[in-house]
Amino acid sequence: MIIKLLYQLWRFAIIVLLQVALLNHIQWSGYINPYVYVLFILLLPVELPSWAVMLIGFALGIIVDMFSDSGGMHAAATVFLCFVRPFVLKIMAPRDGFEPETNLGIYKMGFNWFLTYTSILVAVHHLFYFYTEVFRFTEFFITLFKALLNTIVTVIIIILGQYLFSNDKRVK
Amino acid sequence: MKNLFLFVWKYYFFILFVLLQSICFYLIIRNKNFHQAGFINSTNKVATSVNNIVSAVTEYISLKESNEALSRENAALKTLMPDVFYIDSVQQRLVNDTQLLQQYTFTPAKVINNSFNRRNNYLTLNKGTRHGIDTGMAVVNSSGVVGIVKNVSPHYSSVMSLLHKDTRLSARIKKNNYIGSIVWNDGVDPDRVTLNDIARHVPVAKGDTIVTSSYSAIFPEGIMVGTVESIDQNSGMNFFKITVKLSTNFRNLTTVFVVNNLMKTEQLQVQEGQVIE
Repeated sequence: MIIKLLYQLWRFAIIVLLQVALLNHIQWSGYINPYVYVLFILLLPVELPSWAVMLIGFALGIIVDMFSDSGGMHAAATVFLCFVRPFVLKIMAPRDGFEPETNLGIYKMGFNWFLTYTSILVAVHHLFYFYTEVFRFTEFFITLFKALLNTIVTVIIIILGQYLFSNDKRVK
Repeated sequence: MKNLFLFVWKYYFFILFVLLQSICFYLIIRNKNFHQAGFINSTNKVATSVNNIVSAVTEYISLKESNEALSRENAALKTLMPDVFYIDSVQQRLVNDTQLLQQYTFTPAKVINNSFNRRNNYLTLNKGTRHGIDTGMAVVNSSGVVGIVKNVSPHYSSVMSLLHKDTRLSARIKKNNYIGSIVWNDGVDPDRVTLNDIARHVPVAKGDTIVTSSYSAIFPEGIMVGTVESIDQNSGMNFFKITVKLSTNFRNLTTVFVVNNLMKTEQLQVQEGQVIE
């Protein structure tokens, strides 16, 4: 239990650092700013109660906000993501439910499942975030374009990261 | 009350969501209002230390660009330096006086190129025809004679230095007005010229002052040339060979004056008449 907690804390730190130290500083064409830190929420264990996930999401968002001076926008978007996540998991659950201690990684769940799951939740998070950031509807389409473009970039990074760094390879 | 608890229990997830969102939007709105800084900002200890590390790394990566930016900025600033500008103003004084008719005007100029170690030396000045400079004008500085203008362009002029094999200068010994001519025979030493044509009977001593004579249509009278350093008896000849130590230091010329003789043409015309007749 302690080991698992430490492991999650370690991953939390790594993902936050990756986000604030590297991905926040991508200055390519002004459109690309992927928010990969949501991966932490995506990969949290299924058994973890939704309210705990939501509190963790809130903390994660607040920390990212702290580094990117965005007030509470990341927190809001991540909380929204955590709100949607149980429903998505419910819809996408296998016929006989998740096995206990299921790892939601790409190796365990398969490419298609993971791609769908990640795309939906990242799109939810990014749409929420970018619309909160703009906070008006006059730039509706450009914001939509930005959100979807960054969703694609984030999903690509997450999937590449899964293939490169996931430690479930040995299990397979 | 029981119903309320049941309601909360039933919808606790949604209530938590709304609660957290409210907090978030409170923070966002607070952050947008710049009169009161948000609670959540990057000025705390952890965030600043991480941001410092990040910027230390990214600074190193962008060194090349920042160097280029700096050198561009330096170039832009250098073009604003006073040295860059060509001073186009003409500082001549013309005085109208019914009794004293002005004969000379002095135009200050900067020496922008100078040589003193060749046999025939030239200077370049940063004033030209735009400033009323013409060929054949005298060039002096505060300590003595410098040369004669040889070539002019609109903004520049080339000056034949006194240290030139063709420069001849009419000079006199200040104390007794005997006239001789200054040439740079030596060809090596930029501090010494030779005063010729002083007859052997003339009393001359070491340290005598040599100034320009009034015979020249170019140089005003009485400009310092130098002092007598040694007198060669020049046995067998009728004239002394006097070595004159120049008062002008040709090694560090910076500012000179171009002398315009307003009556030069008239004087030369009259003298020309003499020759023809």
